[in-house]
Amino acid sequence: MSTVKLTVNGKAVSAEVEDRTLLVHLLRDHLNLTGTHIGCDTSQCGACVVHIDGRAVKSCTVLAGQASGSTVTTIEGIAKGDELHPMQAAFRDNHGLQCGYCTPGMIMSAIDIVHRHSGNLDEATVRHELEGNICRCTGYHNIVKAVLDAAGRMKVAQAAE
Amino acid sequence: MGVEGIGASVVRKEDRRFITGKGRYVDDIKLLGMTHAHFIRSPHAHAKIKSIDTSAAMEMPGVVGVLTGQQIVDDKIGNLICGWAITSKDGTGMKMGAWPAMAPETVRFVGQAVAVVIAETKNQARDAAEAVVVNYEELPAVPDIRAAIAPGAPQLHPEAPGNVIYDWTIGDEGATDAAFKSAANVVSLDITNNRLVPNAMEPRAAIAEYNEPEEHFTLYTTSQNPHVARLVLSAFYNIAQEHKLRVVAPDVGGGFGSKIFIYPEEMVALWASKKVGRPVKWTGDRTEAFLTDAHGRDHLTKAEMAFDKDNKVTGLRVKTYANLGAYMSLFSSSVPTYLYATLLSGQYNIPNIFAEVISVYTNTVPVDAYRGAGRPEASFVVERLMETAARQLKVDPAELRRKNFITQFPHQTPVIMAYDIGDFHASLDAAMKAIDYAGFPARKAKAKSEGKLRGIGISCYIEACGIAPSKAVGSLGAGVGLWESAEVRVNPVGTIEILTGSHSHGQGHETTFCQLIADRLGVPISQVSIVHGDTDKVQFGMGTYGSRSAAVGLTAILKAMEKVEAKAKKIAAHQLEASENDIVIENGEFKVAGTDKSLALPMVALAAYTAHNLPDGMEPGLKEGAFYDPTNFTFPAGAYICEMEVDAGTGKSTFVNFVAADDFGRLINPMIVEGQVHGGLAQGIGQALLEGVVYDASGQLVTASFMDYTMPRADDLPSFKLSHTTTLCPGNPLGVKGCGEAGAIGASAAVINAITDAIGNNKLEMPATPDRVWHAIHGNA
Repeated sequence: MSTVKLTVNGKAVSAEVEDRTLLVHLLRDHLNLTGTHIGCDTSQCGACVVHIDGRAVKSCTVLAGQASGSTVTTIEGIAKGDELHPMQAAFRDNHGLQCGYCTPGMIMSAIDIVHRHSGNLDEATVRHELEGNICRCTGYHNIVKAVLDAAGRMKVAQAAE
Repeated sequence: MGVEGIGASVVRKEDRRFITGKGRYVDDIKLLGMTHAHFIRSPHAHAKIKSIDTSAAMEMPGVVGVLTGQQIVDDKIGNLICGWAITSKDGTGMKMGAWPAMAPETVRFVGQAVAVVIAETKNQARDAAEAVVVNYEELPAVPDIRAAIAPGAPQLHPEAPGNVIYDWTIGDEGATDAAFKSAANVVSLDITNNRLVPNAMEPRAAIAEYNEPEEHFTLYTTSQNPHVARLVLSAFYNIAQEHKLRVVAPDVGGGFGSKIFIYPEEMVALWASKKVGRPVKWTGDRTEAFLTDAHGRDHLTKAEMAFDKDNKVTGLRVKTYANLGAYMSLFSSSVPTYLYATLLSGQYNIPNIFAEVISVYTNTVPVDAYRGAGRPEASFVVERLMETAARQLKVDPAELRRKNFITQFPHQTPVIMAYDIGDFHASLDAAMKAIDYAGFPARKAKAKSEGKLRGIGISCYIEACGIAPSKAVGSLGAGVGLWESAEVRVNPVGTIEILTGSHSHGQGHETTFCQLIADRLGVPISQVSIVHGDTDKVQFGMGTYGSRSAAVGLTAILKAMEKVEAKAKKIAAHQLEASENDIVIENGEFKVAGTDKSLALPMVALAAYTAHNLPDGMEPGLKEGAFYDPTNFTFPAGAYICEMEVDAGTGKSTFVNFVAADDFGRLINPMIVEGQVHGGLAQGIGQALLEGVVYDASGQLVTASFMDYTMPRADDLPSFKLSHTTTLCPGNPLGVKGCGEAGAIGASAAVINAITDAIGNNKLEMPATPDRVWHAIHGNA
């Protein structure tokens, strides 16, 4: 057992976990942040993507201990109160989700994609970048639309800040 | 239509919880004192269990119990059943082998559960499972259809000699043979419809809790039809009586058919929760999903089409072998029979059809309904034959289809279905226009000049949805009726709750069902809630599959609404001292036509519940229910056209364009309808290009993870161009047909027709991987 201390969604947290505990299990089972999902066991599906120190990471590939001392943001931590993150709003407005299971990971990956490309995205780039996130419902059509839409919204939001 | 009424692309009400991480799926639920289950599964495709030693595991930290297949048999928990009886051509019933929830003696597929460990934590259960020692005596296995039907093949079930479950036929064999004898041309194809894994992104999960003093169970489960689960668990599996079992299907992360069925893990969780006296949770991992979720498709077919000298189809003859896996899953028998062969007429006037379907056991995961369920297989047969015929007869494939389209409705096919309405020319016109079909030869020539192979492929599908008229399916062997129920509760303050037996696991019912109420009453959808997925709340329901929720589920709500409106009008008329025939409902108000007198819905509702001033003899309250049983299937249809470019050097196929023109009747929410089509197309294209289950000769599932089974990813797919043509369904008052499965039904033939057109070789199996395409171009060199 080890004590893991990290910052999750802006709050300092501490948990006693088995050494083999994955970050995704720390989030779901110990911190009750069940918005981060588990869709596979081979780090392929991306349902568990969170941000560690600002970078999108599959939380099933990281031991909780490895995340010790880092700052983690999950799907529960990106809205500002009632105000949705532009990526969340774009997924809703473009019908970029159906069953909702892949959605948290998609949104967390997509925010990182927009950041890494400084908002300069086209359809082919978005499709290529989403390679690590599997959706079975949408055929990706509206997810791609949502990400492109959000890239524009995030630029506007950034300009306003 | 109002801004939130029928026909409006209303943004989904349910989205807020999903995009903020507040969805509540089964694995998100924790109960006090909850334990965790881990199953011990067979590593062999076919074996006798010689012994199971659980003693070491019982001593492991945190272990609460280790339970085996023999114990579940001893406790008289029922075997899993198939609920649709199929009769063979010789008049005998289908040959169903016994399927206990955990195997006591014999395992018949890799992944079949033989024992379960219950422990305080998931990790402790996994650790202890490693300490359970199972001795097996391996038996020879049959991994596929050809092996199952080979002379002297190993037998799976004593009940089914030769591994044949049934040998079933439909249509007039003599008349069809005669049509072939007098045919001017005959086209034939051998078709493999590849086996698929549904792979909803949420793995299956179950939490069972037993309340000992009340002798009452609660089951949280990933189900598309919680009431059917309760019915089967109580009526057939002896878990609990119906009134002592609550089944809750909360947010469910996709189903695509795979979550219709009641699986061994749910049965074991319920049974074990009573055995150990603690709540038991099981959450499958992805490998378990591959090894235990019902797979889809898996047909071997020989199909022939006869044409007269004018290129009119005169006959269709089909012989299909269907692989049902090691055991008969809940609706498995119906998929390759009544959901498949009854659609073999496609969109065409075919006077003579005869089909024979032989379903067999193999040492593989059970096969059952997966998005489309039989209809994709039928559509693929018909549309590959049409395309092949056009090439053989040297006529334009669109023209050949047009020459044979059904144009008069209703149309009785020779294979049971009576199509109620459609306009197949209109959808083909729309698709051809969208893809600029006329300009294709020029594009092909240009691609050729650049060293690329360009092809175009058409697929004109039809499906039978709105499942289903109970009397009709009952006469065909179904063990259940397929109506739907609904209840409309107007609360005293005028807010409305709709209780429905349909289940939403991505379809958006919490929005679309509210749109009907907005349309009827003119109230905002924020005043309406949809209640579903809980047998304690909703009286009964048959669930969501077969594109039935709009045509059947929503119609049930409409029927209940009509009763509510009728009563509310009486109350309003009484209060306003007017005739009820003069009351009209507009913008949430009950108005006396032609006057300025009106009463808002909340006032009518309040009057109903205070009951201070109701018409003489009227019961208080404003709540009505309805059961709706459809009178026919619905028949969504459309035309898909795919344009592909193939690199002859690598065999890689690239989408140039994919257009879909669908006729779903009236659209409740076009945005959601288009989303359903996108998802269906992705699954149809996945089947055509990427997905395919591989078992090795010993029955090991080689494609048991996302590393090995190719799921469609964003960069495998194009953006789609969709359009709609409309003929309103005459079979239900809303005129809706259903849209959930169309994409998966129509897409794969369009893709394969396009690639085979591009490469000039019609022999190409799915999935058409670059390797297969390269060999189809270059031979086996």
